[in-house]
Amino acid sequence: MRALVWHGKNDVRVEQMPDPKILNPRDVILRVTTTAICGSDLHLVNGVIPSMQAGDILGHEFMGEVVEVGKENQKLKVGDRVVVPFTIACGGCFFCEKALWSLCDNSNPNAWMAEKLWGYSTSGLFGYSHLTGGYAGGQAEYVRVPYSDVGPLKIPASVTDEQVLFLSDILPTGYQAAENCDIQPGDTVAVWGCGPVGQMAIRSAFLLGAGRVIAIDNVCERLEMARDRNGAETIDFSHQDVFDRLKTITGGRGPDSCIDAVGLESHGGSFDAYVDKAKMALYLATDRPSVLRQAIHACRKGGVVSVPGVYGGFLDKVPFGAAFQKGLTFKMGQTHMMRYMQPLLERIERGELDPSFVITHRFPLARAAEAYDLFGRKQDGCIKVVMKPHDLVH
Amino acid sequence: MKKNEVAMSAHTVNISETERWLSSIAGAAMILSGLKQRSVGGALRAASGAALLTRGASGYCPAYASVGRSYSRIYDTREALGGRCGVHVDESITINRPAADVWAIWRDFESLPNYIPSLKSVTRTDATRFHWEAIGPGRRSIAWDAEILNEIPNELIAWRTIGEPDVVSAGSVRFVQSKGRGDTQVHVRLQYEPAGGKSTAAIAWLFGKEPGQLIRAGLRRFKAIIETGEAPTTAGQAHGKRSLLHYAQRSHA
Ligand SMILES: NC(=O)c1ccc[n+]([C@@H]2O[C@H](COP(=O)([O-])OP(=O)(O)OC[C@H]3O[C@@H](n4cnc5c(N)ncnc54)[C@H](O)[C@@H]3O)[C@@H](O)[C@H]2O)c1
Ligand SMILES: [Zn+2]
Ligand SMILES: [Zn+2]
Repeated sequence: MRALVWHGKNDVRVEQMPDPKILNPRDVILRVTTTAICGSDLHLVNGVIPSMQAGDILGHEFMGEVVEVGKENQKLKVGDRVVVPFTIACGGCFFCEKALWSLCDNSNPNAWMAEKLWGYSTSGLFGYSHLTGGYAGGQAEYVRVPYSDVGPLKIPASVTDEQVLFLSDILPTGYQAAENCDIQPGDTVAVWGCGPVGQMAIRSAFLLGAGRVIAIDNVCERLEMARDRNGAETIDFSHQDVFDRLKTITGGRGPDSCIDAVGLESHGGSFDAYVDKAKMALYLATDRPSVLRQAIHACRKGGVVSVPGVYGGFLDKVPFGAAFQKGLTFKMGQTHMMRYMQPLLERIERGELDPSFVITHRFPLARAAEAYDLFGRKQDGCIKVVMKPHDLVH
Repeated sequence: MKKNEVAMSAHTVNISETERWLSSIAGAAMILSGLKQRSVGGALRAASGAALLTRGASGYCPAYASVGRSYSRIYDTREALGGRCGVHVDESITINRPAADVWAIWRDFESLPNYIPSLKSVTRTDATRFHWEAIGPGRRSIAWDAEILNEIPNELIAWRTIGEPDVVSAGSVRFVQSKGRGDTQVHVRLQYEPAGGKSTAAIAWLFGKEPGQLIRAGLRRFKAIIETGEAPTTAGQAHGKRSLLHYAQRSHA
């Protein structure tokens, strides 16, 4: 088969290799019909997530058709059409029983590595470094799905791939980010980052009753999408001071909750962002948390800071004093996918939600490297790329 | 076994990469070791399991001295081996099953090789004695005989080596059902002591540079199989072209 393979910083290639095989009794093999590139993939390509190995297959947003079923899998059969969540969960551990799916105790075969860095291991993830299992990803013609009787969601024929593909990650992620804000009717929610995750968070915040959503970014077409398609007010951080602006437009009180949908590679005009960048380049820091700092600083007293943006290591100069003094609540983490997939699918089926609005580009898998470049550099108005692994090159 | 070997050598690559990354971030590794709040002695032990093994081998250890005096509740291997010598491993894991189930699975020693990759076989020789074989360096077998010292259904199993094994060891597994929940804490205590110098290398290999690493991996696998019916793996999965470095590190491991 062909798949998109990581070879190093800014070096991904489509390669030919043997097809995946069933390795464990609960596995299935999927013929991937549609897959996408996520902002999280950019962290890998930018080389800021450790423990990648040349030859690793990327991709954790994918769906397809079951072509082979392991002998202990009672749930799926050949021909089923499924969306696969990016977190791999066993279904049998303490954490899975509590629906803390992304914290599964058993699905990371490299648990000891994650324990070294984080104290305890979290769940395995597709195509996301060896710290979280080193599982081959789904930007490929075929993919092996472990514990596939737990995560994958069967999809009815009445909806298209593009309508449901984002149940694999960004829709539940944006939804959880908003749910974590504990939104009360009429609340004001500030969202940093108008990438795909930010867009889903804006939509979800309104669904959950927010009165106002204020979206922050500096990429023109992303701000436009937040404003025109999703009804948010916007702040362009290249031209406006985010804190002052947020304070003014909330009548001096600050947003009730703040969502960091940017993560460890925030960029921007603020002084601290430049210092972080220099420190990271010199290996003096692991993450660049300038958005997190802003969110903590700007959040109203007693508010919630919700962090779907990914962090991995040690954060410098986080204003913990402000967080403590204002009595903030923090919610964060990889998404507990299976809590949200079924209910969100139902909303899509009822026509209440169509997450395919974020798609700006469609590519055959053969041109995946080009797609990464476009998405990474935000060229050509690119917000979200989907790829068809079995389409012919054009 | 072949599968696990591949998995283990892949791990070796990862260890070095993660450590390199961590130590390249100024202060991060130090903060992490600080967070563990190890005693200075503990930190040294972790840093140099091999050195400790050497010390263990040369120092006098009145092994077995106290065995037989306290058959009632041997939780502490120090008692079984008669002193604080050799290498101690103290690991625990929580398994999402009642203690009676977990105990029964563990008590079936002959099935343990299914859970612990480096064990080749366990064979019963009489009511309380078992012959153990593990795979050592260069795929050489190391073998020992052990007897069960103490056994309390659903609570405890303790054993020690008998005869003149390469490795003098004693251990206990304690099963503690959580209050008000259906899960069980499994506490493994193990102490081992190379008898002569000759097998020091074998032990160092078997237990890795951090004592307990292998036990922890075994426990994790044991838990995964009990809770999910399989152990998670990526060995044999699809991948693109690996770098030469990858293969070099693999064959070295
Ligand atoms: N928690 C989860 O389970 C989960 C799942 C998916 C993605 N993520 C993470 O969510 C984050 C966003 O993902 P995405 O796909 O939308 O990525 P993306 O890279 O497309 O979007 C990030 C956006 O943040 C903007 N940005 C950068 N610096 C900023 C700043 N200082 N202030 C405001 N905006 C800024 C960028 O211009 C960009 O539009 C990533 O960190 C990704 O890894 C987390
Ligand atoms: Zn993602
Ligand atoms: Zn689990």
